[in-house]
Amino acid sequence: MPKIKVPKHSPSIDMTPMVDLAFLLVTFFMLAAIPRVDSPVEVTTPASTSEKIIPENNLTVTIDKGGRVFMDISHSDARMELIESIEGEYKLKLTEKQKLEFTKMSSFGCSIAELPKYLDMESTERKKFETKGIPADSATGQLRNWINFGNLAALNTGRTKFEEAVMKGKNPIKSDFEPKYVLRVDGKAVYIHAQNVINTFRDLNLNNLNFITSAEKAPK
Amino acid sequence: MAEIADNGGGGHDKGGKKRPKKGSTRIDMTPMVDLGFLLLTFFVMTTTFSKPKVMSLVYPPKTEEPIENPPKVNNGITFLLTKDKIYYYTGQFYGPGNKEGKPLTQLEETSFGPDGVRKLLAGLNSYVISNKKGLDQKYNAKSIDEKKYKDMLSKLQTDREALKVLIKTDDKATCENFVNLIDELEIAQVGVIAPVDLIVAELDLMKAKK
Repeated sequence: MPKIKVPKHSPSIDMTPMVDLAFLLVTFFMLAAIPRVDSPVEVTTPASTSEKIIPENNLTVTIDKGGRVFMDISHSDARMELIESIEGEYKLKLTEKQKLEFTKMSSFGCSIAELPKYLDMESTERKKFETKGIPADSATGQLRNWINFGNLAALNTGRTKFEEAVMKGKNPIKSDFEPKYVLRVDGKAVYIHAQNVINTFRDLNLNNLNFITSAEKAPK
Repeated sequence: MAEIADNGGGGHDKGGKKRPKKGSTRIDMTPMVDLGFLLLTFFVMTTTFSKPKVMSLVYPPKTEEPIENPPKVNNGITFLLTKDKIYYYTGQFYGPGNKEGKPLTQLEETSFGPDGVRKLLAGLNSYVISNKKGLDQKYNAKSIDEKKYKDMLSKLQTDREALKVLIKTDDKATCENFVNLIDELEIAQVGVIAPVDLIVAELDLMKAKK
Protein backbone atom coordinates (compact mmCIF):
# COMPACT_ATOMS: atom_id res chain seq x y z
CA MET A 1 0.00 0.00 0.00
CA PRO A 2 1.46 3.30 -0.96
CA LYS A 3 1.96 5.80 1.72
CA ILE A 4 -0.37 8.77 1.69
CA LYS A 5 1.74 11.79 1.19
CA VAL A 6 0.90 14.65 3.41
CA PRO A 7 1.80 17.79 1.53
CA LYS A 8 4.48 19.59 3.43
CA HIS A 9 3.44 23.07 4.39
CA SER A 10 5.92 25.67 5.19
CA PRO A 11 5.75 26.42 8.92
CA SER A 12 6.03 30.10 8.30
CA ILE A 13 2.90 32.22 8.05
CA ASP A 14 2.68 35.37 6.08
CA MET A 15 2.39 38.00 8.74
CA THR A 16 2.05 41.01 6.52
CA PRO A 17 -1.73 41.45 6.92
CA MET A 18 -1.43 41.12 10.67
CA VAL A 19 1.29 43.73 10.81
CA ASP A 20 -0.77 45.98 8.60
CA LEU A 21 -3.70 45.67 10.90
CA ALA A 22 -1.65 46.20 14.03
CA PHE A 23 -0.09 49.37 12.73
CA LEU A 24 -3.39 50.62 11.44
CA LEU A 25 -4.81 50.28 14.93
CA VAL A 26 -1.73 51.88 16.46
CA THR A 27 -2.11 54.85 14.18
CA PHE A 28 -5.79 55.12 14.96
CA PHE A 29 -5.34 55.07 18.70
CA MET A 30 -2.42 57.46 18.50
CA LEU A 31 -4.48 60.01 16.65
CA ALA A 32 -7.59 59.46 18.69
CA ALA A 33 -5.81 59.79 22.01
CA ILE A 34 -6.36 63.03 23.84
CA PRO A 35 -3.11 63.93 25.52
CA ARG A 36 -3.75 63.90 29.20
CA VAL A 37 -3.05 67.26 30.72
CA ASP A 38 -0.61 67.20 33.53
CA SER A 39 -2.48 68.92 36.28
CA PRO A 40 -0.69 70.06 39.42
CA VAL A 41 -3.58 68.87 41.57
CA GLU A 42 -5.34 65.58 41.98
CA VAL A 43 -9.08 65.96 41.97
CA THR A 44 -11.71 63.26 42.22
CA THR A 45 -14.89 64.70 40.84
CA PRO A 46 -18.26 63.46 42.04
CA ALA A 47 -20.40 61.40 39.66
CA SER A 48 -23.51 62.56 37.87
CA THR A 49 -25.78 61.33 35.12
CA SER A 50 -25.28 64.42 33.00
CA GLU A 51 -24.34 63.80 29.40
CA LYS A 52 -23.22 67.27 28.47
CA ILE A 53 -19.67 67.35 27.18
CA ILE A 54 -17.20 69.93 28.43
CA PRO A 55 -17.35 73.01 26.20
CA GLU A 56 -14.47 73.89 23.90
CA ASN A 57 -13.73 77.40 25.10
CA ASN A 58 -13.70 77.23 28.84
CA LEU A 59 -12.41 78.88 31.95
CA THR A 60 -11.92 76.21 34.58
CA VAL A 61 -11.49 76.75 38.27
CA THR A 62 -10.27 73.73 40.19
CA ILE A 63 -10.87 73.33 43.89
CA ASP A 64 -8.97 70.52 45.56
CA LYS A 65 -9.66 68.59 48.74
CA GLY A 66 -8.06 71.19 50.93
CA GLY A 67 -9.92 74.04 49.29
CA ARG A 68 -6.99 75.37 47.26
CA VAL A 69 -8.01 77.17 44.11
CA PHE A 70 -6.40 76.69 40.69
CA MET A 71 -7.35 78.16 37.37
CA ASP A 72 -7.05 77.16 33.74
CA ILE A 73 -8.05 78.62 30.39
CA SER A 74 -8.38 76.44 27.33
CA HIS A 75 -6.87 78.57 24.54
CA SER A 76 -3.25 79.64 24.57
CA ASP A 77 -4.06 82.97 22.87
CA ALA A 78 -6.36 83.78 25.74
CA ARG A 79 -3.65 82.81 28.20
CA MET A 80 -1.22 85.28 26.65
CA GLU A 81 -3.78 88.02 26.89
CA LEU A 82 -4.58 87.08 30.48
CA ILE A 83 -0.98 87.12 31.68
CA GLU A 84 -0.45 90.48 30.01
CA SER A 85 -3.52 91.96 31.71
CA ILE A 86 -2.39 90.55 35.05
CA GLU A 87 1.10 91.92 34.47
CA GLY A 88 -0.36 95.35 33.80
CA GLU A 89 -2.76 95.20 36.72
CA TYR A 90 -0.14 94.25 39.31
CA LYS A 91 2.77 96.09 37.62
CA LEU A 92 4.84 92.92 37.38
CA LYS A 93 7.94 92.70 35.26
CA LEU A 94 7.69 89.38 33.48
CA THR A 95 10.08 88.28 30.78
CA GLU A 96 8.87 87.00 27.40
CA LYS A 97 10.06 83.57 28.40
CA GLN A 98 7.96 83.56 31.54
CA LYS A 99 4.90 84.65 29.61
CA LEU A 100 5.46 81.97 27.03
CA GLU A 101 5.81 79.44 29.83
CA PHE A 102 2.45 80.60 31.15
CA THR A 103 0.74 79.82 27.86
CA LYS A 104 2.05 76.27 27.96
CA MET A 105 1.08 75.46 31.52
CA SER A 106 -1.96 73.52 32.57
CA SER A 107 -3.89 74.83 35.55
CA PHE A 108 -1.95 77.10 37.82
CA GLY A 109 -2.40 78.24 41.35
CA CYS A 110 -0.26 80.69 43.23
CA SER A 111 -0.49 84.18 44.59
CA ILE A 112 0.66 87.14 42.52
CA ALA A 113 3.80 87.48 44.67
CA GLU A 114 4.80 83.90 43.89
CA LEU A 115 3.99 84.16 40.20
CA PRO A 116 7.43 85.02 38.70
CA LYS A 117 9.07 82.26 40.74
CA TYR A 118 6.31 79.85 39.82
CA LEU A 119 6.78 80.56 36.12
CA ASP A 120 10.53 79.90 36.30
CA MET A 121 10.05 76.38 37.61
CA GLU A 122 10.08 73.17 35.66
CA SER A 123 6.73 71.40 35.57
CA THR A 124 8.02 68.64 37.86
CA GLU A 125 9.16 71.21 40.40
CA ARG A 126 5.83 72.93 40.13
CA LYS A 127 4.06 69.78 41.17
CA LYS A 128 6.05 69.64 44.39
CA PHE A 129 5.75 73.36 45.01
CA GLU A 130 3.89 74.02 48.23
CA THR A 131 1.32 76.54 47.20
CA LYS A 132 -1.83 77.75 48.82
CA GLY A 133 -3.48 78.20 45.44
CA ILE A 134 -4.88 81.45 44.18
CA PRO A 135 -6.03 83.52 47.16
CA ALA A 136 -9.80 83.33 46.87
CA ASP A 137 -10.77 85.76 49.59
CA SER A 138 -12.43 88.97 48.54
CA ALA A 139 -9.93 91.08 50.53
CA THR A 140 -7.07 90.55 48.07
CA GLY A 141 -9.43 90.14 45.14
CA GLN A 142 -6.82 88.11 43.26
CA LEU A 143 -9.17 85.35 42.15
CA ARG A 144 -11.67 87.96 41.08
CA ASN A 145 -9.05 89.61 38.88
CA TRP A 146 -7.89 86.31 37.42
CA ILE A 147 -11.45 85.37 36.54
CA ASN A 148 -12.35 88.79 35.25
CA PHE A 149 -9.31 89.14 32.98
CA GLY A 150 -9.52 85.49 32.02
CA ASN A 151 -13.11 85.98 31.00
CA LEU A 152 -12.28 89.03 28.89
CA ALA A 153 -9.39 87.21 27.23
CA ALA A 154 -11.52 84.15 26.54
CA LEU A 155 -14.29 86.34 25.14
CA ASN A 156 -11.85 87.97 22.73
CA THR A 157 -10.43 84.64 21.62
CA GLY A 158 -13.92 83.28 21.18
CA ARG A 159 -14.83 86.25 19.04
CA THR A 160 -11.78 85.86 16.80
CA LYS A 161 -12.45 82.16 16.41
CA PHE A 162 -16.06 82.90 15.55
CA GLU A 163 -15.04 85.45 12.93
CA GLU A 164 -12.53 83.01 11.48
CA ALA A 165 -15.26 80.43 11.18
CA VAL A 166 -17.53 82.94 9.45
CA MET A 167 -14.72 83.86 7.05
CA LYS A 168 -14.33 80.22 6.14
CA GLY A 169 -17.94 80.26 5.08
CA LYS A 170 -19.20 78.00 7.80
CA ASN A 171 -22.38 78.67 9.64
CA PRO A 172 -21.23 78.77 13.24
CA ILE A 173 -23.42 79.22 16.28
CA LYS A 174 -22.12 82.17 18.22
CA SER A 175 -22.82 80.75 21.65
CA ASP A 176 -20.51 77.79 20.91
CA PHE A 177 -17.57 80.19 20.87
CA GLU A 178 -18.39 82.10 24.00
CA PRO A 179 -16.44 81.10 27.08
CA LYS A 180 -18.12 78.77 29.53
CA TYR A 181 -17.29 78.70 33.21
CA VAL A 182 -16.39 75.33 34.59
CA LEU A 183 -15.84 74.24 38.17
CA ARG A 184 -13.82 71.14 38.90
CA VAL A 185 -14.37 70.41 42.54
CA ASP A 186 -13.12 67.51 44.56
CA GLY A 187 -15.98 65.50 46.03
CA LYS A 188 -14.45 65.69 49.48
CA ALA A 189 -13.94 69.44 49.43
CA VAL A 190 -16.08 71.39 51.82
CA TYR A 191 -18.83 73.17 49.95
CA ILE A 192 -18.00 76.49 51.53
CA HIS A 193 -14.79 76.69 49.48
CA ALA A 194 -16.75 76.11 46.31
CA GLN A 195 -19.34 78.62 47.44
CA ASN A 196 -16.61 81.20 47.81
CA VAL A 197 -15.53 80.69 44.21
CA ILE A 198 -19.15 80.58 43.00
CA ASN A 199 -19.80 83.88 44.73
CA THR A 200 -16.77 85.38 42.99
CA PHE A 201 -18.24 84.29 39.67
CA ARG A 202 -21.62 85.68 40.62
CA ASP A 203 -20.12 88.98 41.68
CA LEU A 204 -18.83 89.29 38.13
CA ASN A 205 -22.32 88.47 36.91
CA LEU A 206 -21.26 85.12 35.48
CA ASN A 207 -24.15 82.99 36.60
CA ASN A 208 -24.10 79.96 34.36
CA LEU A 209 -21.65 77.54 35.91
CA ASN A 210 -20.81 73.97 34.96
CA PHE A 211 -19.59 71.31 37.34
CA ILE A 212 -17.27 68.68 35.94
CA THR A 213 -18.49 65.27 36.95
CA SER A 214 -17.51 61.74 36.16
CA ALA A 215 -20.10 59.81 34.24
CA GLU A 216 -22.62 57.60 35.95
CA LYS A 217 -25.38 55.56 34.42
CA ALA A 218 -28.75 57.22 34.34
CA PRO A 219 -31.58 55.32 35.99
CA LYS A 220 -34.29 53.94 33.76
CA MET B 1 8.77 31.86 10.81
CA ALA B 2 12.29 32.94 10.70
CA GLU B 3 13.86 31.03 8.01
CA ILE B 4 17.36 31.39 6.96
CA ALA B 5 17.81 30.28 3.47
CA ASP B 6 20.85 28.16 3.71
CA ASN B 7 20.92 26.59 0.34
CA GLY B 8 23.70 27.47 -1.91
CA GLY B 9 26.14 29.87 -0.46
CA GLY B 10 28.95 27.80 0.96
CA GLY B 11 29.73 24.18 0.24
CA HIS B 12 30.46 24.53 -3.43
CA ASP B 13 33.04 22.54 -5.21
CA LYS B 14 36.39 24.17 -5.43
CA GLY B 15 36.45 24.70 -9.07
CA GLY B 16 32.86 25.90 -9.29
CA LYS B 17 31.81 29.37 -10.19
CA LYS B 18 31.54 31.61 -7.23
CA ARG B 19 28.04 32.94 -7.00
CA PRO B 20 26.98 35.75 -4.81
CA LYS B 21 24.99 34.60 -1.83
CA LYS B 22 21.34 34.75 -2.54
CA GLY B 23 19.65 36.47 0.34
CA SER B 24 16.16 35.36 1.16
CA THR B 25 13.54 37.86 0.10
CA ARG B 26 11.68 37.23 3.29
CA ILE B 27 12.38 39.39 6.29
CA ASP B 28 11.75 38.17 9.76
CA MET B 29 8.89 40.30 10.89
CA THR B 30 8.52 38.99 14.42
CA PRO B 31 10.23 41.91 16.19
CA MET B 32 8.22 44.37 14.20
CA VAL B 33 4.98 42.63 15.10
CA ASP B 34 6.06 42.58 18.72
CA LEU B 35 6.72 46.27 18.69
CA GLY B 36 3.49 46.96 16.84
CA PHE B 37 1.39 45.16 19.36
CA LEU B 38 3.28 46.65 22.26
CA LEU B 39 2.44 50.12 21.00
CA LEU B 40 -1.10 49.07 20.26
CA THR B 41 -1.59 47.84 23.81
CA PHE B 42 -0.09 51.02 25.19
CA PHE B 43 -2.37 53.29 23.21
CA VAL B 44 -5.46 51.21 23.87
CA MET B 45 -4.78 51.43 27.57
CA THR B 46 -4.05 55.13 27.73
CA THR B 47 -6.65 56.49 25.36
CA THR B 48 -9.52 58.23 27.04
CA PHE B 49 -12.22 58.74 24.51
CA SER B 50 -14.75 60.43 26.62
CA LYS B 51 -14.21 64.05 27.38
CA PRO B 52 -15.22 64.98 30.89
CA LYS B 53 -18.90 65.54 31.38
CA VAL B 54 -20.29 68.67 32.88
CA MET B 55 -23.40 69.44 34.80
CA SER B 56 -24.81 72.88 34.19
CA LEU B 57 -26.29 75.00 36.94
CA VAL B 58 -27.63 78.49 36.46
CA TYR B 59 -27.50 80.74 39.48
CA PRO B 60 -29.89 83.61 39.88
CA PRO B 61 -28.17 86.95 39.25
CA LYS B 62 -27.11 88.81 42.36
CA THR B 63 -29.31 91.75 43.15
CA GLU B 64 -28.21 94.88 44.93
CA GLU B 65 -31.00 95.04 47.47
CA PRO B 66 -32.27 91.94 49.17
CA ILE B 67 -35.84 91.13 48.28
CA GLU B 68 -37.92 92.06 51.28
CA ASN B 69 -40.92 89.92 50.70
CA PRO B 70 -39.91 86.76 48.91
CA PRO B 71 -42.77 85.64 46.70
CA LYS B 72 -44.83 82.80 48.08
CA VAL B 73 -43.64 79.57 46.56
CA ASN B 74 -46.14 76.94 45.69
CA ASN B 75 -44.89 73.37 46.02
CA GLY B 76 -41.45 74.16 47.33
CA ILE B 77 -38.95 72.01 49.16
CA THR B 78 -35.83 73.04 51.00
CA PHE B 79 -32.85 70.76 51.36
CA LEU B 80 -30.35 71.32 54.12
CA LEU B 81 -26.98 69.73 53.62
CA THR B 82 -24.51 69.02 56.33
CA LYS B 83 -21.46 66.78 56.59
CA ASP B 84 -22.99 63.45 55.60
CA LYS B 85 -26.69 63.98 56.12
CA ILE B 86 -29.45 65.63 54.16
CA TYR B 87 -32.50 67.11 55.80
CA TYR B 88 -35.48 68.61 54.11
CA TYR B 89 -38.75 70.30 54.81
CA THR B 90 -41.56 71.18 52.45
CA GLY B 91 -43.27 74.49 52.03
CA GLN B 92 -42.42 77.66 53.91
CA PHE B 93 -40.28 77.79 57.00
CA TYR B 94 -42.09 78.49 60.23
CA GLY B 95 -39.83 79.30 63.13
CA PRO B 96 -40.82 79.79 66.72
CA GLY B 97 -43.21 82.70 67.18
CA ASN B 98 -44.16 83.08 63.51
CA LYS B 99 -46.89 85.54 62.67
CA GLU B 100 -49.17 83.07 60.97
CA GLY B 101 -49.31 80.90 64.04
CA LYS B 102 -48.40 77.80 62.04
CA PRO B 103 -46.88 74.74 63.70
CA LEU B 104 -43.09 74.74 63.75
CA THR B 105 -41.26 73.32 60.78
CA GLN B 106 -39.83 69.91 61.44
CA LEU B 107 -36.83 68.58 59.58
CA GLU B 108 -36.95 65.17 57.97
CA GLU B 109 -33.85 63.18 57.26
CA THR B 110 -33.29 61.45 53.94
CA SER B 111 -30.44 59.80 52.04
CA PHE B 112 -29.13 59.16 48.54
CA GLY B 113 -30.25 55.54 48.78
CA PRO B 114 -32.90 54.04 46.51
CA ASP B 115 -35.71 54.97 48.87
CA GLY B 116 -34.32 58.37 49.64
CA VAL B 117 -34.24 61.57 47.67
CA ARG B 118 -35.12 60.06 44.33
CA LYS B 119 -38.39 58.58 45.52
CA LEU B 120 -39.23 61.71 47.43
CA LEU B 121 -38.61 63.97 44.45
CA ALA B 122 -40.43 61.70 42.04
CA GLY B 123 -43.48 61.91 44.30
CA LEU B 124 -43.36 65.65 44.76
CA ASN B 125 -42.63 66.46 41.16
CA SER B 126 -45.04 63.92 39.64
CA TYR B 127 -46.90 66.73 37.90
CA VAL B 128 -43.89 67.61 35.76
CA ILE B 129 -42.73 64.04 35.27
CA SER B 130 -46.09 62.79 34.03
CA ASN B 131 -46.57 65.79 31.76
CA LYS B 132 -43.08 65.37 30.37
CA LYS B 133 -43.96 61.84 29.33
CA GLY B 134 -46.72 63.21 27.15
CA LEU B 135 -44.32 65.76 25.68
CA ASP B 136 -41.73 63.07 25.00
CA GLN B 137 -44.29 61.03 23.14
CA LYS B 138 -45.24 63.98 20.99
CA TYR B 139 -41.59 64.72 20.32
CA ASN B 140 -40.82 61.13 19.42
CA ALA B 141 -43.82 61.01 17.12
CA LYS B 142 -42.36 64.17 15.49
CA SER B 143 -45.54 66.18 15.98
CA ILE B 144 -43.47 68.94 17.63
CA ASP B 145 -39.95 70.02 16.73
CA GLU B 146 -36.97 70.29 19.07
CA LYS B 147 -37.29 74.01 19.73
CA LYS B 148 -40.92 73.76 20.65
CA TYR B 149 -40.20 70.73 22.80
CA LYS B 150 -37.55 72.62 24.76
CA ASP B 151 -39.79 75.65 25.12
CA MET B 152 -42.65 73.58 26.41
CA LEU B 153 -40.39 71.65 28.75
CA SER B 154 -38.98 74.77 30.35
CA LYS B 155 -42.47 76.21 30.62
CA LEU B 156 -43.60 73.04 32.32
CA GLN B 157 -40.70 73.07 34.74
CA THR B 158 -41.43 76.62 35.84
CA ASP B 159 -45.15 75.98 36.08
CA ARG B 160 -46.99 76.81 39.28
CA GLU B 161 -47.49 73.16 40.05
CA ALA B 162 -43.86 72.21 39.40
CA LEU B 163 -41.52 71.58 42.28
CA LYS B 164 -39.12 74.35 43.27
CA VAL B 165 -36.06 73.53 45.27
CA LEU B 166 -33.95 75.56 47.63
CA ILE B 167 -30.57 74.20 48.68
CA LYS B 168 -28.90 75.40 51.82
CA THR B 169 -25.57 74.20 53.05
CA ASP B 170 -23.79 74.55 56.35
CA ASP B 171 -20.04 74.89 56.75
CA LYS B 172 -19.41 71.15 56.85
CA ALA B 173 -21.28 70.09 53.73
CA THR B 174 -19.19 68.45 51.02
CA CYS B 175 -19.22 69.24 47.34
CA GLU B 176 -20.00 65.62 46.61
CA ASN B 177 -23.34 65.78 48.37
CA PHE B 178 -24.12 69.05 46.69
CA VAL B 179 -23.38 67.71 43.22
CA ASN B 180 -25.25 64.49 43.94
CA LEU B 181 -28.28 66.42 45.05
CA ILE B 182 -28.24 68.60 41.93
CA ASP B 183 -27.98 65.42 39.91
CA GLU B 184 -31.00 63.93 41.66
CA LEU B 185 -32.91 67.12 40.95
CA GLU B 186 -32.02 66.86 37.31
CA ILE B 187 -33.21 63.26 37.21
CA ALA B 188 -36.48 64.38 38.76
CA GLN B 189 -36.83 67.13 36.10
CA VAL B 190 -36.75 69.95 38.58
CA GLY B 191 -36.33 73.21 36.70
CA VAL B 192 -36.08 75.72 39.50
CA ILE B 193 -33.04 75.22 41.72
CA ALA B 194 -31.74 77.93 43.97
CA PRO B 195 -28.73 77.56 46.26
CA VAL B 196 -29.27 80.05 49.06
CA ASP B 197 -27.81 80.86 52.45
CA LEU B 198 -28.91 79.26 55.67
CA ILE B 199 -30.89 81.21 58.21
CA VAL B 200 -30.10 80.93 61.90
CA ALA B 201 -33.35 79.21 62.86
CA GLU B 202 -32.65 76.43 60.37
CA LEU B 203 -29.13 75.97 61.64
CA ASP B 204 -30.50 75.57 65.15
CA LEU B 205 -32.95 72.95 63.98
CA MET B 206 -30.13 71.05 62.26
CA LYS B 207 -28.01 71.16 65.38
CA ALA B 208 -30.92 69.88 67.44
CA LYS B 209 -31.27 66.93 65.06
CA LYS B 210 -27.75 65.67 65.62
